[in-house]
Amino acid sequence: MSNAGEWLRGEGPHHQIVVSSRVRLARNLRDRAFPGWAKKAERTAILELIKPHVEKLPEMQDSFSELLQDLSALEKQVLVERHLISREHAAKSAGSAVVMNRRQTLSIMINEEDHLRMQSMRSGLQLKQAFKLLDKIDTALENELEFAYDQRLGYLTACPTNVGTGMRASAMLHLPGLVLSELINQVVQAVSKIGLAVRGLYGEGTEAMGNLFQISNQTTLGEKEDEIIARLTKVIETIIDKEHDARQVLIQKKSNTLWDQIGRAYGVLTYAHAMSSKEALNLLSIIKLGIDLGAFPEEKRLPIDELFIDTQPAHLQKTSQQKLNAEERDHLRAQIIRARLKVLPKPDISKLATDSGNGSRPASSEQ
Amino acid sequence: MLCDVCKCNDATVFLTQIIEGKMQKVNLCDACSKEKGVQDPTGFALADLLLGIGAAEEIEKGSPTQRCPVCGFTQADFKKTGRLGCSTCYATFTEALTALLKAMHKGTAHVGKVPERAHRAGELSDKMRNLSESLQKAVAEENYETAASLRDQIKQLESELAG
Ligand SMILES: [Zn+2]
Ligand SMILES: [Zn+2]
Repeated sequence: MSNAGEWLRGEGPHHQIVVSSRVRLARNLRDRAFPGWAKKAERTAILELIKPHVEKLPEMQDSFSELLQDLSALEKQVLVERHLISREHAAKSAGSAVVMNRRQTLSIMINEEDHLRMQSMRSGLQLKQAFKLLDKIDTALENELEFAYDQRLGYLTACPTNVGTGMRASAMLHLPGLVLSELINQVVQAVSKIGLAVRGLYGEGTEAMGNLFQISNQTTLGEKEDEIIARLTKVIETIIDKEHDARQVLIQKKSNTLWDQIGRAYGVLTYAHAMSSKEALNLLSIIKLGIDLGAFPEEKRLPIDELFIDTQPAHLQKTSQQKLNAEERDHLRAQIIRARLKVLPKPDISKLATDSGNGSRPASSEQ
Repeated sequence: MLCDVCKCNDATVFLTQIIEGKMQKVNLCDACSKEKGVQDPTGFALADLLLGIGAAEEIEKGSPTQRCPVCGFTQADFKKTGRLGCSTCYATFTEALTALLKAMHKGTAHVGKVPERAHRAGELSDKMRNLSESLQKAVAEENYETAASLRDQIKQLESELAG
């Protein structure tokens, strides 16, 4: 578990723009109190009933299975930062568990908000594949456990927002082109009109941290799983096209601004000695854009992508092996980034200029 | 600006989410944003949070003292947590939940995956309904031979359903 999951190793389709795809299914046992309402003894009984079936799954043959009470606060936080458990689950203790495969592409939380929260993660745009795996696991489990299901409402969940399919499909998109060209709000507006949710974490104004946006289905009742996924995939493909278009326009019309941004990001990341998480994410986003555009060599992508996770607070704490205050964290973060960026050559702007004419690089490498 | 949740600390995290074309804004203090998990980019806490605020108003419609026979949950508990107590709560509080679900979702009925178990049960109950209808018809038509055979089939099916 010393490395980040396989889903981070940008190899999936459209991986330049779609960082990851994930699908999660919520399931509950029939007529047993949901985890938030169950008393400790019942929660523990439910856990003991479910866990062996999860561990027995062929997909979990090479896996970690941990009771939440056996994990330290730091270990839990590391799992949160790797998106393997939710923040809500990290707050749990006795009566909850997580089982995940070693590749960190599949994680099953027991007694989170629902008795079962099964999550499949993939690099790039692979929602269909992520769902297919979960569907198979769900079918295997439902032969052993009786899930709460209603003919009219479908799968019954602790929160009414998840009832029906119990499915949430989402993709994390990296959209610096749309942000830099101030088109992002337009895209967000358009997408949201069709029942999908887009969210970024907003600081002041409309800038999302690291130019990362998550798009997901908002509703779970009244639409089939594969319809939800097909609709979401189509919308994401449209956003990918818009992002490529925005980047081309930037290269052609605002190249000075673009190279300035990339140069500054490189300069600050290479020389700074204190850096907040927000600043790091925003600057790393620009470096990532630089790699997409050819200003930095492609083979440096993974070390940069890994920094998005490795500079998160719990990962820093884990690296330093001791408790850090905010100031010490900012200092260590800058230190790790400086060390990692040593392998990154200066931005090669000539490369950018020659590539800008036909825009072949971002388009062809992903088709 | 004060935090929308605790209404006492200054808001430091400003979130915008657009659902079905409606822009929703939430301002949270540091503590509440951490507690609600909104700093987790993979979480869906904001949607739940927003719907939770709406849920509290919708749910006032039903009787607050009614209890779920399986888990003892009441509507007042739902108002507090935005979560239900067990799967039977959906049947217990169906009146209050119907409007809420309608407002939240695209449709009012599930059209997705059906678990094999429920699928089998569904088929058997359809079969049962057909047999009972045929039986009534046979009795009405004084077709006693057919009726007797239908009764046998129903008995057989009942034992299948029980098993
Ligand atoms: Zn607050
Ligand atoms: Zn109940």
